[in-house]
Order: sequence, then C-alpha cells, then structure tokens
Amino acid sequence: MSDKKEFWRWKEYRWHDEAKDWKAADIVSAGVDIGSVSSQAVIMLDGELFAFSNQRTGFDSPESANKAIIWAMEGTGMTLDDIHFSVGTGYGRVNVPFADKAITEIACHARGGNFMYGSSVRTILDMGGQDCKAIRCDERGKVEAFLMNDKCAAGTGRGMEVFADLLSVPIEDVGEMSLSVEKEPEPVSSTCVVFAKSEASALLREGWPKTKVLAAYCSAMAHRVVTLLERIEVEKDFAITGGIGKNSGVVKRIEKELGLEALTTTYDSQIAGALGGALFGMALEKKRRK
Amino acid sequence: MIANYGYKDGSGDFFIAIDTDKCDGCGDCVPACPNGVFAVGEDPNDPLCDEPVAMVTDQERRKLKYTCAQCKPDHDRPPLPCVAACKPMAIEHSW
Repeated sequence: MSDKKEFWRWKEYRWHDEAKDWKAADIVSAGVDIGSVSSQAVIMLDGELFAFSNQRTGFDSPESANKAIIWAMEGTGMTLDDIHFSVGTGYGRVNVPFADKAITEIACHARGGNFMYGSSVRTILDMGGQDCKAIRCDERGKVEAFLMNDKCAAGTGRGMEVFADLLSVPIEDVGEMSLSVEKEPEPVSSTCVVFAKSEASALLREGWPKTKVLAAYCSAMAHRVVTLLERIEVEKDFAITGGIGKNSGVVKRIEKELGLEALTTTYDSQIAGALGGALFGMALEKKRRK
Repeated sequence: MIANYGYKDGSGDFFIAIDTDKCDGCGDCVPACPNGVFAVGEDPNDPLCDEPVAMVTDQERRKLKYTCAQCKPDHDRPPLPCVAACKPMAIEHSW
C-alpha cells in the first residue's frame, strides 16, 4: 500500500530574497507558526520579508519548529544566533525551543494579515488545518474582536483533505473543480466533517459526479464559516488567510454569501501567522533595546 | 477587544464574550465562578499591552456547554454569577 497516492498532500517549499543582505540589517526577527497541520517560519529584516518555509507539521512540535526555521535559513548562511528576536505562534507555540516569546495566532494573524493585505483590511478569516478563526482588526492590525472555533473540524483544512482523499482529487485542484458545476447543488452537512463525508459517499453511490460532490462540500464549508463571521460582524475589507485561502471553490462561495469580495495578495496566505510573529518580534526587539 | 471564547459545534454556539476594553482586570469574576472558568493575566491576544485582563482558561474553552450548565437551569434562572460579579459589565454569554 506504500505507493498509494496521497491526494491531500500539498507542496512544501521555501523561498528567500537573494537581493537582500541580512548582515546589513539592524533587526533580524523570526516568526514560527507551528500549526496542527502545517508549520511556517518567516524571517524578516527590519520589517521586510526575507525568507520563509512552509511544510507539514510532524508529531514532534519542537522538532517541527527547528526544521521550519533551519529550512527557511537554508542557503542564506544565517544561523539561529543571528536572529535577534523569535516569536512562536500557533498550536505548538509553547513548544518552540528557540522562541523568545509565544504569542497567540489570533494576534499574529491580525498583524500578518495587515502586512499582507494592507491597512484597509478589517475582517480576517483564518482557515487553518484544524481550526477556524474570525478576527476583526483596526488599521494597525490590532485585534478588535475575535472568535476561534477549534473544537470541530467543519470549516477547516482537515475537512478538505478528507474530501480530497475520498474523491481522489489532488488538494490543489479541489477549488477549480468545484466551480466547474453548471448548477450549484444543495450543500452537504455543514455541522460535521464525518457526517458530511458519509453524506458525500451516499451521493456518489447515487451517481453524482465528483465535481458536484465537491461543490456541495465547498458550499457547506463556506456556509459554516459565514455563520462564525456573523458573530463578530463583518466589516470590509475582508481577507482570508490560511491554507483554505488558496481554495477558490470555498473563497468564491464565501464571497457570494457575504456579498463581499476577498482581498488578494501576492504573498502565500499560509504564512500570515508566522509573518505576524516576525513583525511582533521586530516590535518587541525595538522595545527591548530602548 | 471583544474576545469570544468557546466554540460552535453540531449542538449550538457556546461562547463567553469578554470586552477587554471594559474589563479592568479586577478579578472579581475568578472567585465568582463555581467552576474556575476565568483567569486574569496578560492579554494573550494583545502582546504589546501590559494591562491585565480576564480570560477563559485554556482547559475550559472547549467544554463551556457542560461547565456552565450548572448555572443555567431550564427555568427560574438566576442571574449568572460571573455576569453579576462583573462591575464594568464586560462579560456576556451567547447561549
């Protein structure tokens, strides 16, 4: 069974800006976001993005944190000692061995979202691997209201992985495929991934094509998170961070339900938390030097 | 900041909202709750602010429906002890 294709598996990658010289920077800060599914490390030079890595979280949080930061530094000649302030965030934030401070992912996503999407963003929806956070923030990226749902996988990346696997559709293609239906089907259960999956299996037996089942699931997920957003009162501009932010099938359906268009960015929506952590790292290092 | 602690699952919405702008960190809610749902400390979601505020503890966040049930009888419901103890009126329950 070892050659079984893992449809849920997304591409891990790293990047760094070769035009920048980290030795010339006054403050080198890092943010490491150890999520339930993915881990990111971001390194910033005086508040500008320098390097990042994005990979799957292992079962060992401290090891995942080390791997993430080492991968981000690869090829730059930088070592851990060259980073002035590191912030750990995400589920595994207290397990980042080299972190100077742990900050909740809510604060980090607001700060990172503010950087990625610009200061006009007021509502951020972070759709992570195993939780979903709705955050309202001000023009400086300070949290004004938030709500987190981490008790239930409905409306999370994990739910989407379950469906990618069930239908043997690579996770990157789910969004586009779900949008190719002519008529939007009724959504499946939005209260529970396990129920949604058994409903979907029944629909497949009835002869529904994959695209239609994906559409039914994407709209269930969209509906689910919109009810969460309503509790914190959506204000525009609106943006989606986290892995599901890359799934057009869910994003388009959320936009339709809210009647609002989500901002787009050239950054990877998955790094928002780590990016926010690195920005806090810079602010805290400045405070420390005073 | 309106901090919504709690969750939404198949059986409903269970959130305790704490308005950290109203909360003065007095800590009256901590002994008022019979089940130790509240704690006071540095705001975990505002790392650049040093003022203490009330929050729902990590252990209780995912079982509020059950923990709070004791204070929420079906009828003749008295005022919730946490809400009553909070002088700045910073605490609200969603259910």
